[in-house]
Amino acid sequence: MADAALASKNEEPFVRFNGVQKTYDGETLVVKDLHLDIYKGEFVTMLGPSGSGKTTCLMMLAGFETPTFGDVLLGTERLNMVPPHKRGIGMVFQNYALFPHMTVAENLAFPLEVRGVSKADAEAKVARALQMVQMDGFQNRRPAQLSGGQQQRVAVARALVFEPELVLMDEPLGALDKNLREQMQYEIKHIHEELGVTMVYVTHDQSEALTMSDRIAVFNDGKIQQLATPDVLYEQPENAFVAAFIGENNKFVGTVREVGEDACAVEVKGKMIRALPVLIEGKGGKTTLSLRPERVFIDPEEGSFPNVFDAHVEELIYLGDHIRARVNVLENNEFIIKVPNSYKHQTLHKGDNIKVGWALEDCRALDA
Amino acid sequence: MTDATVSPVGLMTSDGVPLKQSLARAERRSRIRAMMLVAPLFLFIMITFIVPIIDMLLRSVDNPRFQEVLPETAQVLMEWEGGGLPPESIYAVMAAEMKAAMKDRSLGRLTSRLNFEDPGMRTLMFKTARRLNRVDEGPWKEAMIKIDDEWGDPQVWALMKRTAPAYTTIHYLNAFDLTVSPEGEIVAQPEELQIYGLLFWRTIWMSLLITGLCALLGFPIAYLLATLPTKTSNLLMILVLLPFWTSLLVRTTTWIVLLQTEGVINDILVWATILNDDERIQMIYNQTGTIVAMTHILLPFMVLPLYSVMKTIDPSYMRAARSLGATQVTAFRRIYFPNTIPGLGAGGILVFILAIGYYITPALVGGRTGQLISNFIAFHMQESLNWGLGAALGAILLAGVLAMYWLYNKLIGVDNMKFG
Repeated sequence: MADAALASKNEEPFVRFNGVQKTYDGETLVVKDLHLDIYKGEFVTMLGPSGSGKTTCLMMLAGFETPTFGDVLLGTERLNMVPPHKRGIGMVFQNYALFPHMTVAENLAFPLEVRGVSKADAEAKVARALQMVQMDGFQNRRPAQLSGGQQQRVAVARALVFEPELVLMDEPLGALDKNLREQMQYEIKHIHEELGVTMVYVTHDQSEALTMSDRIAVFNDGKIQQLATPDVLYEQPENAFVAAFIGENNKFVGTVREVGEDACAVEVKGKMIRALPVLIEGKGGKTTLSLRPERVFIDPEEGSFPNVFDAHVEELIYLGDHIRARVNVLENNEFIIKVPNSYKHQTLHKGDNIKVGWALEDCRALDA
Repeated sequence: MTDATVSPVGLMTSDGVPLKQSLARAERRSRIRAMMLVAPLFLFIMITFIVPIIDMLLRSVDNPRFQEVLPETAQVLMEWEGGGLPPESIYAVMAAEMKAAMKDRSLGRLTSRLNFEDPGMRTLMFKTARRLNRVDEGPWKEAMIKIDDEWGDPQVWALMKRTAPAYTTIHYLNAFDLTVSPEGEIVAQPEELQIYGLLFWRTIWMSLLITGLCALLGFPIAYLLATLPTKTSNLLMILVLLPFWTSLLVRTTTWIVLLQTEGVINDILVWATILNDDERIQMIYNQTGTIVAMTHILLPFMVLPLYSVMKTIDPSYMRAARSLGATQVTAFRRIYFPNTIPGLGAGGILVFILAIGYYITPALVGGRTGQLISNFIAFHMQESLNWGLGAALGAILLAGVLAMYWLYNKLIGVDNMKFG
């Protein structure tokens, strides 16, 4: 995934947001100075909490909103003044937006019809698109006669049937139940791989983003907080928001005491934690330390980690494949450790006094 | 499942009562409660709606007068096979009964009925009854012919025989501009009496025109109501409903003020020298007046169902259509408009059915050419007192409305109709 994204970096970007700003009321900016390049064939997800500006960005790309400032480019064409129907962008809506008065086949034929595709060609393309989403045989049903998952498939097929080079999806799986959602995630991903079409996907569900995307743009407060591949995003968050938003995260707030090239010492409750400096203000500045629960070792061997502290087991939660232990470390009693339920795993008991340790690189010093 | 719960008759509950019986018992209480709640309305509708309609339908074929006033004559006339003059026996029975009817003053009721058939009958009947009082014995045939030659005319007897039965189709024939010739054949009314065909035709085309105008005017309003921000649309909604809350009479007379020849609009046109003072346009007391005033009054009935349907059309349909490559016009025509049809249908049928039976507005501003069929029903109910004909016209109107409903159901489907 990462390789594909890097390889394509040499090309011209396919979609480009260039310094885009958007305001609805002239007082607050919903999107603040957005720069985003998307390359051909990529699957890019805009991830963020509601109100972070991600859907507004998608709507500007689709043509339903106009940027207040800056340009949106598709290839080399400036899109700002191009009406939606001339952009040739496929779109899947949150509520599918299937036309209720048309059958499935008519829904799919609609974009072909308005493009003047001949009837025979259209029929063949509709059949192919339905096959792709495993919905052949449903041609003559009305949307109301389909289940949520089936409507979703039809909506995806309709966005793809006229072979657009860019497909936008606005939280398309939000209305489905968990199992179906996971299944659809894989299917959409496979369709993307098969067709090689560029996809821009909007969601607030981080696991969905991690599952499907080549790159993820994490939105907050109208800005992209970090744009990276899923693994980089998870393992090397660049700021405290991304660290907290993606995955589970233990954090300490402390003061930087020493700063080196690729190490720093942060004082937390009188003890020194050795961490990787990522986004700190320098000596004496406040910082948030971020540490993934699965990177914490229990009772490590002497000298194997620079960070070893005493901990007290507060609570244990059995979750099948792993056990979540909530412990108190350095007066932080929200500290979570994941103990894998593997062969001969460590057994903790409530009230145990243990030692926990972690590597310097796993503990990232971020903005306060 | 054990044997205890499965029996040849079906499933049982654990204490052995058939499941269906148990279910019925459990639901009986709530069913009774629901029926009690509906009962007052049911009774109300029965008394104020169903019974009057049945009464009207009966009245349109009812013909009781002859049987009441001259019961035996009616009997023997119905038994007589007709053609030519009746035998002496019938003259005798009739003469006796006419004398009696004259005495207890019931003859008048019959003569007014006979007068609907032939305007000379009242004079004939009273003249004959009065003179018969001075005749004590037969032969009655000669006596009656002596009193008036008419009694020797087979056509008069054909008329008497026709009016004798308790039920008649004459009102329906009249309502369709038909009548029965003196020879007893169904023929068209004389030209100058053919008014109902014209009236029905006028009522239908004017109602259709008013429905069309309401749709044309109501569609953009409903669209604005459904798409504007709530604050603005609430204001607009009040503007739509305000006339709805104003008295019908006030609204109709307002149109008189505006449209009459000395009215506001003509005054403005004259003031702006578009018209000369002697060229003022007649816009009221004719069809134009009826159409303008009724369109205005019935507009909310079109706007409200349309609005409620448009409100449910997801704006993302239009967006989806645009993103799929449709221009604004195509998206509207292919996606938005078809989804408004349930509202258009509901509003259309509501306006049409109301228009086809409208009375007050055409009565006030219709003049001579803007009268609708209901004005004539009222005329027969209140002035000519020919209730049978009024009832027949009403029944035809009812049948027409039901036919429209049936047609609508065939074409669009009543299930698709949305009133709100």
